[in-house]
Amino acid sequence: MTEAAVCPVHHERDHPLLNGPTGFAEAVSDGPVKMVWPNGVEAWVVASYAGVRQVLSDPRFTTRKGGQPEMRTDDGEPVLDADQPGNINAIDGPEHMRLRRPLARGFMVKRMNQLRPRIQQIVDEHLDVMEAKGGPVDLVTSLCLPLPSLVIAELLGVPPEHQELFQATARDMFGKNGSKDEYIAHATKLSEVLAPIVAQKRVSGSTDDLIGLMANDTDFSMEELIFLCIGMLAAGHETTSNFLGLFTLHLFERPDQLEVLRRDPSRADVVVEELLRYTVGHLGGPGLTRRATEDVEVDGVLIKAGDWVSVSLLANLDEELCPRAGELDLEREAVSHLGFGFGPHQCLGANLARAELQIGLRTLFERFPNLRPAVPVTEMSYRTDMITYGAAEIPVVW
Amino acid sequence: MSATVRIDQAKCIGSGQCVLAAPDVFDQSDDDGLGIVLVPHPPAELLPGVRDAVDRCPAQVVTLEE
Repeated sequence: MTEAAVCPVHHERDHPLLNGPTGFAEAVSDGPVKMVWPNGVEAWVVASYAGVRQVLSDPRFTTRKGGQPEMRTDDGEPVLDADQPGNINAIDGPEHMRLRRPLARGFMVKRMNQLRPRIQQIVDEHLDVMEAKGGPVDLVTSLCLPLPSLVIAELLGVPPEHQELFQATARDMFGKNGSKDEYIAHATKLSEVLAPIVAQKRVSGSTDDLIGLMANDTDFSMEELIFLCIGMLAAGHETTSNFLGLFTLHLFERPDQLEVLRRDPSRADVVVEELLRYTVGHLGGPGLTRRATEDVEVDGVLIKAGDWVSVSLLANLDEELCPRAGELDLEREAVSHLGFGFGPHQCLGANLARAELQIGLRTLFERFPNLRPAVPVTEMSYRTDMITYGAAEIPVVW
Repeated sequence: MSATVRIDQAKCIGSGQCVLAAPDVFDQSDDDGLGIVLVPHPPAELLPGVRDAVDRCPAQVVTLEE
């Protein structure tokens, strides 16, 4: 149970949609194993549904990395200092709550519901342009990338003229190969754009958008505020964009399942939950890391104080979560999947992502019932050089 | 004995998962986004949604006593 295997985190996938890193699922199938990360650090990998929920919600596992930050360049150089103010993912307990709770108001379910007509409008406008252009077009640049990017900028209260800068910066900041100097240069450029926006919100006193809310209704320092903005901009650009693309590709590969969505588009909410569960599960691989502060037993293994633990969302395919968990079944009722993580650090933007994915996916296939890939899905190029996984381009015709 | 639903607001992170699971029983406060219980003693037909909320809550602060 405790043999060290080589962690295949950066290795090839046998199938771009349906397999995690080659050999990973087999390696973790008998419970937690210790693996060695490319930078030489040993970590337990937990991939069961119950185990992942336990690690992400038990306060005996800390997100503080003891001076060893998670994001690293290929040379092992730390990209983000663990003590960067506003790095909400690197703090626990009351300090984390101080930053997290005021932001919850900006992502409330009812606020996301109020935003739906605007999301629909953005989707409609982009699909109008796509239709006028005529196929083949790249779905990533036509819809997947601009949708979340425009929405998060509006939520934050950032003027649209900065869109291009934000898109380019988010892309570069999420790359695996950038140096620390490049990262700092991007962050500095964003700070220079954001600082006058914050100052203007302070003058107006408005709390209508996230920057206004943070500037006028919290005790956040300027440094914390700017870093939180950068984090939300980057997260808002990359993740939903990739998933909208991956969902579309899964549906291309499974016409029977696409038919389920077409038959009853009003079930887009449930359909998106199942696509999240399935897509995230099949991406597999080691993911979020924690560190034990005390000895803790997980899935029958004793994890000692100081040990590193990496959770795998392969857990979304655990039969404990639902029957036939490895299969996509869009007629399934929504289950408590781990697509947005679990515990106090669960994705802050989950409800926003849901609204975007539901409206985007539903409208795409309503507008273009014959939408299909212009090249085979397995021959498209995928973003293996990024921290977030997705298709680089999705050429489509209709 | 009727069922009782509670949210430990001191530990709530305002993720709103309870609202998604059982919109008739839970809401979020306009003041701070934290979860609030609209129906502390929900009738039997609402209990499946409440159990789902208990399961889904990422901060594990929703409880149901049956």
